[in-house]
Amino acid sequence: MKHAVLMRSVQASVPQAAEILPAAAASEVPVPAGPKPVPSPRPSLRRHLAAKCRRWAALHHAEIRSYVIGAISLALFLLAWHLLTTYRVSFHVRFTNVPTPAEVFRSFARATHSGTLLHHVVLSCRRIALGFVIAAVVAVPLGLVMGRFRFARDIIFPVSEVLRPIPAIAWVPMSIMLWPSNEESIVFITFVGSFFPILLNTLHGMANVDPVLVRASQCLGAREFSIFREVYFPASLPSIFTGLTVGMGVAWVSLIAAEMISGQFGIGYFTWEAYSLVQYSDIALGMICIGVLGLGSSAIIRGIGRVVMPWKRNP
Amino acid sequence: MSKQSATASNNVANAKGRIEVSHFGLNYDSIDGPVEAVTDAGIVVEPGEFVSIIGPSGCGKSTLLNAVAGFLKPTHGTVLVDDEPIDGPSADRGMVFQQYSLFPWKTARENVEFGLKMKGMERNRRESAARTLLGLAGLLAFENQYPDRLSGGMKQRVGIVRALATGPKVLLLDEPFGALDAQTRIIMQQILTNMWQRLKISVLFVTHDIDEAIFLSDRVYCMTARPGTIKAEITIPLPRPRQQSMMMSSEFLALRRGLMSLISEESLKAMGGEVNADALQGLAIDTHGHTLSEII
Repeated sequence: MKHAVLMRSVQASVPQAAEILPAAAASEVPVPAGPKPVPSPRPSLRRHLAAKCRRWAALHHAEIRSYVIGAISLALFLLAWHLLTTYRVSFHVRFTNVPTPAEVFRSFARATHSGTLLHHVVLSCRRIALGFVIAAVVAVPLGLVMGRFRFARDIIFPVSEVLRPIPAIAWVPMSIMLWPSNEESIVFITFVGSFFPILLNTLHGMANVDPVLVRASQCLGAREFSIFREVYFPASLPSIFTGLTVGMGVAWVSLIAAEMISGQFGIGYFTWEAYSLVQYSDIALGMICIGVLGLGSSAIIRGIGRVVMPWKRNP
Repeated sequence: MSKQSATASNNVANAKGRIEVSHFGLNYDSIDGPVEAVTDAGIVVEPGEFVSIIGPSGCGKSTLLNAVAGFLKPTHGTVLVDDEPIDGPSADRGMVFQQYSLFPWKTARENVEFGLKMKGMERNRRESAARTLLGLAGLLAFENQYPDRLSGGMKQRVGIVRALATGPKVLLLDEPFGALDAQTRIIMQQILTNMWQRLKISVLFVTHDIDEAIFLSDRVYCMTARPGTIKAEITIPLPRPRQQSMMMSSEFLALRRGLMSLISEESLKAMGGEVNADALQGLAIDTHGHTLSEII
């Protein structure tokens, strides 16, 4: 309705508007539908809703199908786990000591009740949040500057290329020496793990900015800083978010390794300690927690990406 | 009248928009030394005139246009707009690109607003200005759509009004309708003509389409194969407003024939000597009933 009003005012102020657009205006501006007859009460409303649901189901057929298949596949996985552990299958791979799903669930209930599990989870999440956020805050601007200014790139790139292949776990001894507290060294290792994927993907995004868009912005009067803010940065965002997603995955890998080696508390420490204390169901519980946390954190990044890049349609 | 129209007419009053390119030459550096892309080219676009450059692909017509836009510095000669030498790109010279080059992360309206935002115009004013322009292009209903939801013709209409939003003296178009289908292209040509006549700005239009050049232009420059230079200048005396039916008139066809012969000669040269008249007639080989692979 708002559009229609605006259209009318524009056409009134510019008499030749119709002449500029012989056919296009007529064909491409959707005609607002007239007022629909008020639907008669209940029965037809229900029928209307049912029809809507059917249409929604038809439109989202493929998605519904993947969700159903996904649920079945998870259920089958649980079933296989249950059967292998209940019958203590030992065929080279030994399931004799592996806890059953029910045992894991019981230990989950116990651990949540006492609050220990939550404590470990919160600590790990805090380490991830710190290490990952610092990595993003350093790597994204650095990548943008390196992508824009060749000189910066020439200085930083060789160093980063030498450091990049070193896995975050290999940083553990060095990190313990570098940082005064254990907590800081674990956060540092998480930082190192997520830093390079974010940096490289940001660089990649900058390298692939369409030069025609830069020229278009210059023709519209954009200067250096505006080009950076209005063109280079948004154009690199999809790559930056790829980097953040990959970086988050590596951050978890690094965190768990660091916690297992040098940690007190944390979900990685919990899992390793369960092994030392022969509490086998806690091992599986720790692993599942890590899996769910990893899944959740990448979902958060995807969600942020969707908010920040509304022009990207969902894949 | 809206504010936007008032500023636009002010701009027309103080701006002239005369383009003068003289003895223009541009070399690219390569490992074998400098390569001449364009040599000794001279063109003039009078204020308010619609001028096209046509030529075979690779003849340097886009190079010439990019020099007027300010993206390339001439190796020889001068490029003047209103007697001032060009120093880099500016909003005084609007440009429309073949690949649309809309910002994918901005909606249609935000794309149109961009130049005004760069000028520091406040949000409310630039929004209403952008709406007016989108309304002229018949795209008001699509103001909040991102470019990937728009058709090619719609994208290019956004591209044109985006270039016009800042009130440039000169509009440069680099094969803007090359990627559009024939029907859309004809509509776009009419839209462009109408906007040009209304705004009275100078237009420099690069194309390889002879019909398009004749239909739109007051004058057409024809360029040679690389190194490109101006081979001929043809005035198009067809009266305005021009209708599509005019493309069947004997006058139009005579102009078309003339330009066609100028261009096809250069196109053959541009393809590198291997293509001769025989190749165009079909393979001039007598195969005596055998297939080609049997005799080769």
